[in-house]
Amino acid sequence: MFASFDFDVIRRSLGYLFLDGMAFTLTLTGLSALGGIIFGTLIALMRLSGYKLLGHIAGLYVDLMRSLPLVLVIFWFYFLMPYVGQWVTGASRPISVGAFTSALVTFIMFEAAYFSEIMRAGIQSISKGQPAAANALGLTYAQTMRYVVLPQAFRNMLPVLLTQTIVLFQDTSLVYVLSMPDFLGAASKVAQRDGRLVEMYLFAAIVYFVISCTASFGVRRLQARISIVR
Amino acid sequence: MNYNWNWSIFFEPAPGGTGTYFNMLLSGLWLTIQTGVFAWIIALVFGSIIGVLRTLPSKTAYWVGFAYVEFFRNMPLLVQLFLWFFVLPELVPRSWGLWLKQLPNAPFYTAAIGVGLFMSARVAVQLAAGIASLPRGQKQAATALGLTTVQSYRYVLLPIAFRIILPPLTSEFLNTIKNTAVAITIGLIELTGQARSMQEFSFQVFEAFTAATVMYLLINIIVVTGMRFLERSLAIPGYITGK
Amino acid sequence: MIEISHVDKWYGPNFQALKDCTTSVAKGEVVVVCGPSGSGKSTLIKCVNALEPFQSGQIILDGIKVNDPKTDLPKLRARVGMVFQHFELFPHLKIIENLCLAQEKVLGRSHDEAMVKGTKLLDRVGLKEQARKYPAELSGGQQQRVAIARALAMDPIAMLFDEPTSALDPEMISEVLDVMVDLAREGMTMMVVTHEMGFASKVAHRVIFMDGGEIVEDALKSDFFGSPRSDRAQKFLSKILSH
Repeated sequence: MFASFDFDVIRRSLGYLFLDGMAFTLTLTGLSALGGIIFGTLIALMRLSGYKLLGHIAGLYVDLMRSLPLVLVIFWFYFLMPYVGQWVTGASRPISVGAFTSALVTFIMFEAAYFSEIMRAGIQSISKGQPAAANALGLTYAQTMRYVVLPQAFRNMLPVLLTQTIVLFQDTSLVYVLSMPDFLGAASKVAQRDGRLVEMYLFAAIVYFVISCTASFGVRRLQARISIVR
Repeated sequence: MNYNWNWSIFFEPAPGGTGTYFNMLLSGLWLTIQTGVFAWIIALVFGSIIGVLRTLPSKTAYWVGFAYVEFFRNMPLLVQLFLWFFVLPELVPRSWGLWLKQLPNAPFYTAAIGVGLFMSARVAVQLAAGIASLPRGQKQAATALGLTTVQSYRYVLLPIAFRIILPPLTSEFLNTIKNTAVAITIGLIELTGQARSMQEFSFQVFEAFTAATVMYLLINIIVVTGMRFLERSLAIPGYITGK
Repeated sequence: MIEISHVDKWYGPNFQALKDCTTSVAKGEVVVVCGPSGSGKSTLIKCVNALEPFQSGQIILDGIKVNDPKTDLPKLRARVGMVFQHFELFPHLKIIENLCLAQEKVLGRSHDEAMVKGTKLLDRVGLKEQARKYPAELSGGQQQRVAIARALAMDPIAMLFDEPTSALDPEMISEVLDVMVDLAREGMTMMVVTHEMGFASKVAHRVIFMDGGEIVEDALKSDFFGSPRSDRAQKFLSKILSH
């Protein structure tokens, strides 16, 4: 069945696929996860702060992001970023924003909505007695969050946050719609150039599968360890 | 922001002679709904079967369910669509491959099936968790009354489990609809696709995306409202499912 | 009616839940099984209708071997009623539907026939007015009476009770025990796991005391309450009867 296929094309393009493509994908995933968790925590704190207006704004943002397909959000930011850049820098014309920056901002903003929901659940899972005890000791709201609630919430939520990061890793493949050179984009370029769609897409599928599987296996082990300690 | 807003663009005729830009977006919306519903049916059917398999005492059944879920969960949806669209026709016998490639509406069927199977893994996980959350005594009570395994699932376990997982199923349904936008990469001109082509033809990028955004929000509101109604009509008096 | 001989059961390789259990329940006999928690009494009673598998020994129910792979278990189970600690009514079905489900699906009775039977039994346990309610709308005692009625609707040849009153608030225990006492006096064959020694002394013919997976004592009621032969049974009795 595979007689007419040329799997050597994979070997020939390994360097490009991994050193360029996968490096792009992993960098984008890592930075987006970091930014998304920080921004997501802020949103979660806004929603739980007790200030109605702040909570409403954060809630609207989360609902909006979660109602839209990621592909549409990618397009939105891709076309919006030059104008935002112009506004920020005070330039006279929309400035060109690199593809990577645009993608990074998109994923941080988009994933923050999902991370914030995880964080919110995590914070709410901490029993009410904990912040009460912290307050009784004279800690301020910020100190209570920083030293008592968030460390526990992060610990509880770590497996879910990591699972969401695996989803993010897979989602970054969608930058394909902007013809960016992530792992899938790189595979696709080779596929088109050499007319080797079957070989390249099968290989890409296997690589994504192996990485995601390994990562989720790791998360499961971590989860088991956390639940034993607790 | 020096961008020339032109909201009347929606009422200008779109190239292609099929009506205004607004008509164009509406046809995209309709395709999004069709693809989403078709995919959701597939997700529910396959997800239910696999979800049940994961809760049976048989080791084999569990492993089949496990492998299925891991397969569909660990590859990006985009890659899965490429596999169905570009790779599958080359791997089946030549005549089938030709038939597949010449299929009219191939992007539609590929999207519906591809998104449907992708989502079925998530439905399966939800359902298995729902069944596992039922007290063990429920299965035992059904068994003790003489119900067979099939009957216990059909009359006792599934009706309760589906009620419990109705809220997460609502978000999975919405995810299914949103995920059909990924099919833009295999040439399905659904809502996001139409917004994108409107942007290319008219250069009114933000009007196009704003309209698509509003339409997605409307879909969300309608689905959430509908599911709330369903939840309420299926609610069991006195029984709290949130425990 | 129920012949249990040399039954062994392990959970995993290290924990033996039942050790060489041998006893029997004759037709029309009421046998109470008691013992500290974890002694294996619930496991033993669940082995009788094969809700729990066991590794060696055998149980014969009305002449049919329970642990024979050829036995039609659903059919056998339909002939033995079982009442659970946590009632295990099906929460999504109305009270009367709980009584009808297995009558129709397992015994193949018509809906009308099942309704007549169900209503009669509800009347018998004093809950005819609750027929159209859902389980969660009833008190624990009422739910347990419904569960007894549900088991009786199958016209069982014997009834198994697995701690039927331990999940109940104290003020509801007697309403359930009353139903059970009536049943015993009508000559129903009963095997009852319970700590209610008042019930045992009132209607039981024999009392079995279990500890650590073993049947330590199997005696006529008068002998058991008069002078238990083993230390363990004596200690247990003094603990429960002292308050």
